[in-house]
Amino acid sequence: MAILTKEEAKALLAKVMAFSKAEECEARLSGSEQGNIRYALNAVSTAGDVSTLSLFVSSTYGKKTASASINEFDDASLEKVVRRAEELARLAPDNPERMPALGPQDIKDNPAQFINSTAALTPEKRAEMVGQSIKAAKEAKLEAAGFLVNTSGFSAMMNSKGLYAYDKSTNVNFSVTTRNADGTGSGYAAKGFNDVNKMDTLAATKVAASKANGSVGAKAIEPGKYTVILEPLAAAYIMENMFGGFDARSADEGRNYMSKPGGANRLGEQLFDEKVNIYSDPFHPDLPGSTWTGEGQPVNKMHWVEKGVVKNLGYSRYWAQRKNVAAVPGPSNIIMDGTNASLEDLIKGTEKGILVSRFWYIRLVDAQSMLLTGLTRDGTYYIENGQIKYPIKNMRFNESPVIMLNNVDALGRQERTIGTESGRSLLIPAMRIRDFTFTSLSDAV
Amino acid sequence: MGAGAMFLPDFSLFGRSVDAAELLNPGPDAAFKKQLADVALTAAKAKGASYADVRIGRYLNQFIITRENRVQNIANGESYGVGIRVIANGSWGFAASNEVTKEAIAKTAERAVAVAKANARIMTQPVQLAPQKGYGEVSWKTPIVTNAFEVPIKEKVDLLLAANALAMAGGANFVNSQILAINEQKYFASTDGSYIDQDIHRLFPSFNVTKVDRNSGKFETRKALSSPVGMGYEYLSATDADKVGGVVTRYKNRYDLMEDMKNATAEVTQKISAKSVEPGKYDLILDPSHLWLTIHESVAHPTELDRVLGYEANYAGTSFLTLDKLHSKNFQFGSKLVNIVADKKQTGSLGAVGYDDEGVATKTWDIIKDGVLVNFQAIRDQAHILGMKESHGCCYAQSWNDVQFQRMPNISLQAGKTPLSVDDMIKNTEKGIYIIGDGSFSIDQQRYNFQFGGQTFYEIKNGRIAGMLKDVAYQANTREFWNSCTAIADEKDYRLGGAFNDGKGQPGQSNAVSHGSSTTRFDGVNVINTARKI
Repeated sequence: MAILTKEEAKALLAKVMAFSKAEECEARLSGSEQGNIRYALNAVSTAGDVSTLSLFVSSTYGKKTASASINEFDDASLEKVVRRAEELARLAPDNPERMPALGPQDIKDNPAQFINSTAALTPEKRAEMVGQSIKAAKEAKLEAAGFLVNTSGFSAMMNSKGLYAYDKSTNVNFSVTTRNADGTGSGYAAKGFNDVNKMDTLAATKVAASKANGSVGAKAIEPGKYTVILEPLAAAYIMENMFGGFDARSADEGRNYMSKPGGANRLGEQLFDEKVNIYSDPFHPDLPGSTWTGEGQPVNKMHWVEKGVVKNLGYSRYWAQRKNVAAVPGPSNIIMDGTNASLEDLIKGTEKGILVSRFWYIRLVDAQSMLLTGLTRDGTYYIENGQIKYPIKNMRFNESPVIMLNNVDALGRQERTIGTESGRSLLIPAMRIRDFTFTSLSDAV
Repeated sequence: MGAGAMFLPDFSLFGRSVDAAELLNPGPDAAFKKQLADVALTAAKAKGASYADVRIGRYLNQFIITRENRVQNIANGESYGVGIRVIANGSWGFAASNEVTKEAIAKTAERAVAVAKANARIMTQPVQLAPQKGYGEVSWKTPIVTNAFEVPIKEKVDLLLAANALAMAGGANFVNSQILAINEQKYFASTDGSYIDQDIHRLFPSFNVTKVDRNSGKFETRKALSSPVGMGYEYLSATDADKVGGVVTRYKNRYDLMEDMKNATAEVTQKISAKSVEPGKYDLILDPSHLWLTIHESVAHPTELDRVLGYEANYAGTSFLTLDKLHSKNFQFGSKLVNIVADKKQTGSLGAVGYDDEGVATKTWDIIKDGVLVNFQAIRDQAHILGMKESHGCCYAQSWNDVQFQRMPNISLQAGKTPLSVDDMIKNTEKGIYIIGDGSFSIDQQRYNFQFGGQTFYEIKNGRIAGMLKDVAYQANTREFWNSCTAIADEKDYRLGGAFNDGKGQPGQSNAVSHGSSTTRFDGVNVINTARKI
């Protein structure tokens, strides 16, 4: 029931529109089916299935707008939620930034987002996939804790000006932490795909196990500035913090790292190393995404950084009107170009440096420079003369991804990886960075 | 499991009560919920459950969000449903439904038993549940004066917009402000013989003021010094008795949003031209509006028993505080001044409830005594691991459709036992930094190494405040930091801070928690300068 077809969703939303008496009405319908299994200490701890279906209705009179939501779908409930939104809208203060609803848009379908086999994943199959992970951990004499979750969902929107948009997608995420019995070694792996057939929990757990056993006997080195090689998992986590800055309004208002002294923004400026190319593309075969925004704007391929130059910033419809430019939806999926170099190639080309498998607990320290702090974990290694010499103790960094992307020494192969806190997938290469700043040691394993 | 229910309660912008107010009626409504609960318990037992509990929950929330001179959003949410947890064949099972009818509840109970039996097939150790006496039919309510949901929305909007206007008139370039109100109406019943009706209220007014210096391209912000609280709308009615003087006014039990907005506007302007800190070792004097977050990350999290045991290894992390350190009875976590108490009862706190989400009456217990680790945080299926005969009563689920598990109670640093004022503490400090308000925070997965920022920083030189600093963050090792604690102000300075959104678990759940303290000094802490140039 939770995954409605394009036609079923359209029929339901048309019924909502028919109840509306407001000057404008917009309705969004979304549903998902999610199955999950969690384990720790090499045994399953919890498992569940959650199904949701929700309807949001937004009604507008002039500049007055309000919204209401419901999860009951009989005719009386649909009319009730429309009346509630209308009642609230009449009483709401004017919002001078309210933009009129869009008319019909040229929105393309993106069927690559939805994979039937992912949607059909059963509790038994999830248990089997986790069983493989636990088996690999036991074979490596480690304890595994992990989480496997698959989601299939749809979104649809309709407004009283005739706009209708629909898409559906699937996703499966897996993460595993493997630790040895005396707590001196820890490893991690995480993967996310639309297609469950690409998910190999056994291979991922073997990577985590190798990191765990390879991190035993870590030596302390002095914090300071080092050349680092960030594996895609580490690079993705530190980089995904910076994309909120690609917003023209905040930049123009002088309150993010895209602001320039004197009031301008950095559009057109060489802000990063010329090896840096970043874009969004919902039709990329390895990272398919939604083709429309919550307001119903079409999403197409958009370059954010080309050869280190800031090529575009997101403009909301209101800010675009104020600045007399075209509205640009902000970054959707994140794709950064890489090279053909493998991780081993990057290590071989490093005289002295540190290999970072993963970062942890990254938080913003200073919005002005996008300075972030966080720590390494789950496999940090010292490199000398092109070889991994020994594992090192974890360290805290204080570094800005903006400065970091100015210090790009080399890029590796692009890989689909996930942001370990957001859970979203990105296409990011491994990268070798000069002068990355570590500020203290941590005893954590 | 059931669908998440979010819909708008039937109340107007100008303050008619929600139609859900019927659920506040302890009379026939509680009796009806008892009937529904008995259906769940009977159905679970009939299918073979050795234990069952049921939570019938209605969760209300209201957000009012403004920016400068306009309202950005008014959102009302309501979620209603039932969650049933059982033990069958020695294993836990859980199921939930948003259909709160006798038929649907019976089916949900049967599903929970089926899940438990499926999990039992791959179980390694059966659940050992600490015994719990049934309380019969009881109730508990947050002792509020004014239900925030009954205050007209216009009154809240007017307050926020008036405060924003004060900031803009004072020279701020931008201001965001909001009020968030929460009401959890929870009915719990279990096969132990408890039928517990609770009505829990929380409130969080807050803002953020921004000042931009266009010429230099620099900007600074200052957040509100309010706290999220387990109170009603009366939190916004401060009297002079609630105010703590000093470099800036801070607040005890109630909060003056207009006054704080005025002060924040003045301070954010000062911050733009404040001196950038010289890195090095400083004695830190930490205000409770700041210290709550350091307590949260470095004391409260590492003493969660599920982390200690490894159940959160893949998400929230593990802990440097291991069982052997507890059993040694001499692990010196902090200096002898440090006494940390876990609590689920403190009036006005976010953690305060009468009973937890597995039907255990709440309590208070020691975590750190005279600097020594003496206990962790444990619920019914963990109590035996610590050799305890009963739970600490700190089990919580964020909603009816989430399974309850061990969550952090209020974890607070006790006030100093001998009289000491903040002024005297400053007078006794040669080279220090006085930090007010919480800022950036990060800590490793075992809770050893942390870094914290703040809202405002004052340099202390030879016992006097010498002026404002900026670009300050401190880094320390948890145990070294707490052992460097050399002074704690007395109970006259004791205040609560806290958060609505403490996260744990996969799928993730949020927990609201408070942390109390008086102003406290830590000697010789490493301070770094966070300024960078792009």
